Amino acid sequence: MFDDRSPIYQQIADKIKDDILRGALNADEQVMSTNQYAVFYRINPATAAKGFQQLVEEGVLYKRRGIGMFVSPDAGERLRAQRRETFFAQLVEPMLAEADVVGIPRQDIVRYIENKVVSPGGAGD
Amino acid sequence: MELGIEVRDLTLRYGNVTALDGLTFGLTGGKIHGLLGRNGSGKSSLLSLLAAFRRPTAGRVLVDGVEPFENQDVVRMTCLIREGGDLYASERVSHVLEFAARLRPGWDAELARRLVDRFRLPTRSRVMSLSRGQRSALAVTLGMAARAPLTMFDEVHLGMDVPSRYAFYEELLDDYLAHPRTIILSTHLIEEVSSLFEQVLIIDRGQVVVHASADELRQRGSALTGPADVVDRFVATRTVLSEQQLGSTKSVAIYGELDPAQRQMAAAAGLELGPVALQDLFVHLTKDSEVLR
Repeated sequence: MFDDRSPIYQQIADKIKDDILRGALNADEQVMSTNQYAVFYRINPATAAKGFQQLVEEGVLYKRRGIGMFVSPDAGERLRAQRRETFFAQLVEPMLAEADVVGIPRQDIVRYIENKVVSPGGAGD
Repeated sequence: MELGIEVRDLTLRYGNVTALDGLTFGLTGGKIHGLLGRNGSGKSSLLSLLAAFRRPTAGRVLVDGVEPFENQDVVRMTCLIREGGDLYASERVSHVLEFAARLRPGWDAELARRLVDRFRLPTRSRVMSLSRGQRSALAVTLGMAARAPLTMFDEVHLGMDVPSRYAFYEELLDDYLAHPRTIILSTHLIEEVSSLFEQVLIIDRGQVVVHASADELRQRGSALTGPADVVDRFVATRTVLSEQQLGSTKSVAIYGELDPAQRQMAAAAGLELGPVALQDLFVHLTKDSEVLR
């Protein structure tokens, strides 16, 4: 279930962020409880709570006392802005480095991307 | 019901052997605590004092604010399950369960039945005819179904096979979530259960080595992977737990938390950062416990 490259609570936080970005979790929607996460991932509820706490501090979730955790209204936009900021550094740069290593010329990459843009659906297959 | 524990300068000697050497710590009630230590480190001695099975040589144990020894009210709220389960060999399993049901005020017969099924325990057999693993599973069943406000398992699950152990971890977590209570699990199968711990107490040679939240302790270890010279420069002034090299790539596990700036520096230098397993930290901390005290 987990990769072992980052702490479990971090992975829970990342999973919730991904769910928000993909639209599986919407603004003001309730997130599963720490106990539900604990049962599902077989972890101490305090560990799950740590992941939630991080998301509260980042403004992605907010707490309704006695009810549970909810997705902040601007969470989706906030996360998209964050991901846009890191998109080139985290995804494009490594791709270009790999292309250089294996010898794919830049114009091949540009051509590939341009073909993708005009293909139906746009986002790729 | 959440029983907290206070231990002050706790010492236990058997003749001239010192099993516990001035332990001081507190355990918050209502949490799952992992008690880790090597063989002979004093885990079982400590638990036997918490459960009032014996009296300290010096120092104090307070369970819910009072000394447990010969205190009926505290003892009734306490359940210590040791390996082997302290069972009468000639009793039938069904009778052992009936007896526990009468003795334990919080007994959950439904939970006991479910565990007996899950562990495939033959209720009509006598304890002496059970395998080691079945005896452990019976002991676990007694400890879980008793649902004591202070529940302690002393390496009880070690004799169980893997499916039974995983069933135990699963049932323990589910039951804890439904009925929060103070649980202490002593074990040296750390990796299997470490995700269940909220707090970890590591003892060695009768002394406390580390007492921290499990997540905090995990953060004290980092694995760094990258070009050997970059890794070497980065870890030069740090406590190295282990290192491996494959060609020009080196992977080093270090002890000591990295702050965000240091993590950023490592990432910028092209190093990959990962966590270190609790078990590896444990091995390190109990190898030479003087160094990091």
